[in-house]
Amino acid sequence: MLDLLNAVLVVVLVLNLFALGTSRILAVIRIVAVQGALLGALPLLMHDRLTLPVAAAAVAAVGLKGIAVPSIMMRALRDAQIKREVEPLIGLLPSIVLGALATGLALLVSGQLQLSDSRTSTLIVPASISTALVGFLLLTTRYTAINQAVGYLVLENGIFIFGMLLVEAIPLVVEMGILLDLLVGVFVIAIIANHINRAFSSMDTRRLVSLKE
Amino acid sequence: MALVFVFFPILMAALALAIPSNRARPWILPIAATTHTGMTVFILARPDLQRFSPWLVLDPLGRIILLVVSALFLFCSVYAAGYLKYRQERSNRLFCACLLAFLGLMGLVAWSHHLGLLWVAIEATTLVTAPLIYFNRTARSIEATWKYLLVGSVGIALALLGTFFLAYSSMGEGRQPSLLLEELLSGAPALSKGWLRAAFILLLVGYGTKMGLAPMHTWKPDAYGESPGLIGAIFAGGVTSCAFLAFLRVYQICAASGEGVFASRLLLFMGLFSMAVAGLFMAGQRDFKRMLAYSSVEHMGILMLGLGIGEPALYGTILHVATSAATKGLLFLSAGNIHRAYASKSTDQVGGAIRRLPISGSLFLAGFLAITGSPPFGPFISEFAILNGAFAAGRFLVAGLFLAFLLVVFIGMGRTVLKVTLGRSPAAVPSPAEDSGYRDGFLTAAPIVALMALVLLLGLYIPAPLGGLISDAAKYLGAPI
Repeated sequence: MLDLLNAVLVVVLVLNLFALGTSRILAVIRIVAVQGALLGALPLLMHDRLTLPVAAAAVAAVGLKGIAVPSIMMRALRDAQIKREVEPLIGLLPSIVLGALATGLALLVSGQLQLSDSRTSTLIVPASISTALVGFLLLTTRYTAINQAVGYLVLENGIFIFGMLLVEAIPLVVEMGILLDLLVGVFVIAIIANHINRAFSSMDTRRLVSLKE
Repeated sequence: MALVFVFFPILMAALALAIPSNRARPWILPIAATTHTGMTVFILARPDLQRFSPWLVLDPLGRIILLVVSALFLFCSVYAAGYLKYRQERSNRLFCACLLAFLGLMGLVAWSHHLGLLWVAIEATTLVTAPLIYFNRTARSIEATWKYLLVGSVGIALALLGTFFLAYSSMGEGRQPSLLLEELLSGAPALSKGWLRAAFILLLVGYGTKMGLAPMHTWKPDAYGESPGLIGAIFAGGVTSCAFLAFLRVYQICAASGEGVFASRLLLFMGLFSMAVAGLFMAGQRDFKRMLAYSSVEHMGILMLGLGIGEPALYGTILHVATSAATKGLLFLSAGNIHRAYASKSTDQVGGAIRRLPISGSLFLAGFLAITGSPPFGPFISEFAILNGAFAAGRFLVAGLFLAFLLVVFIGMGRTVLKVTLGRSPAAVPSPAEDSGYRDGFLTAAPIVALMALVLLLGLYIPAPLGGLISDAAKYLGAPI
């Protein structure tokens, strides 16, 4: 089980780097969807008994992160006629390098923190922290609104991984994760129905600069 | 009783969605708010009802926040009834429903003793308050809403990670992780220190974003500037107070686990930094609503500073929550009236407001004197108590910087406020704005007058029951168990 768990987490980490290095938005959304669906395996691999919160976490990850949110993102891409290129603030290669550095940093930091649980002698904590950092990176270095929403989803994925350590003792963790997913949903719906497109004729957040000092 | 505080306003929100008349709908706000304030007074008088379950307890800190926000909401709701009369051209369905939903979620924040539930409530306040900023439907308000959603949500996400870290720090040899405040406080000395510190930083950044501490304040001037003045009042006095309460829980746990020194250092830095940034951006600020937003950043900084000083300043800090919320309500509501009368919020176009709007103009000026800590108003007492606390704690450098920043803010804010209210008549302003014909009406002026009376009262004499509530809260914060 432990080997399989670590293997899944390694795939999650590799997907992070792919998401950073891909130039087409549609492909980034697909990568993040695969990552979300993979996260559905985590609760099942980490816990021996299939309790209700564990099952709910698995279903929520596959359903929301793997299917629902990515599909409305793709719809936004189609309906709002968003440009297909990523247009990062920093180049794709430097993004990957930064992502790799973040992963290394996460490994170092989580080595410093004492683990109070014997089961966590795995990659859970570093994978969680580095995925959150990569999400942050995506969020801050991409211009378009849809890309920022994708970055936020990756940030959430990182938090979800950490939540799996607590899901048995604090079942509320599942609902909290779902609520956080709701926020991305709201972003994307805001992009579709809303009017960033209509009011600015493009969804480039660089145009959102009339409010500054 | 706890559930009534959450579900009564939500029910009212549903009712607001169902009312078909755009003209009649806003009246549900004062009705719900009056009932809510009545319920708040009732629950404060009945200590036996203040514990619903281990998850929902109204402790001394929750009591003070519930009272402050409920009272502020009452004033704002009367104002809203007047304000929405002028805005009949657009539907206020969502606006009324979101305001009421916020009231219910605020109740949940005040009651919750489970950090997970607390997070859920704070997250939900972000969701229901976003449409409020967007009420004007202009390109600038879309931009402000997007920034608020994005920056606020990143804060919320970090707060969730921090909450998870906190739960993890309580996990040890054979112990189950917990997020119940009482369990965390009683087991605080055994919390894993590394995880606790990481959790504290994440929660400081997360809930600090919601409070609008520098450097996470970037959404604030936009959101306050582009939304109606009423929403500025709700944000500056209500939403930020909720986030501050959430942060107080984290502070309590950190202090109880013996990490007070670590926490205090960070808080002092954040507090002074927020004050400095606010002072910097306030100087030469032409837009008076954005100026008020920076003033809110400053006051959140003062709260953090008071918390960082610790024990001797806690009374002043809790009092400052109440005094600054009331003064912010006064300022934002009168600024809203001035904005309405001139159809502009820039000092290039607004001048001599005291002549065109005698009530709003003069109270805006008085509110400025109050918020910058001039006697005899409420914030003077609370800021003085914090300063006193700083000296009592032997933190002379902090006290000196605190005074210096207050002075900078006074000068920076004064220039803008004086231009708006006094001085040149509208005719002598470089590019005068059109007169929209708006004048102070009863519904839009009475709440401001009442808030002014409250701010003055808090400065001259604190009623014994309120004083009791505040010192209980300060004691509870200082020694939580």
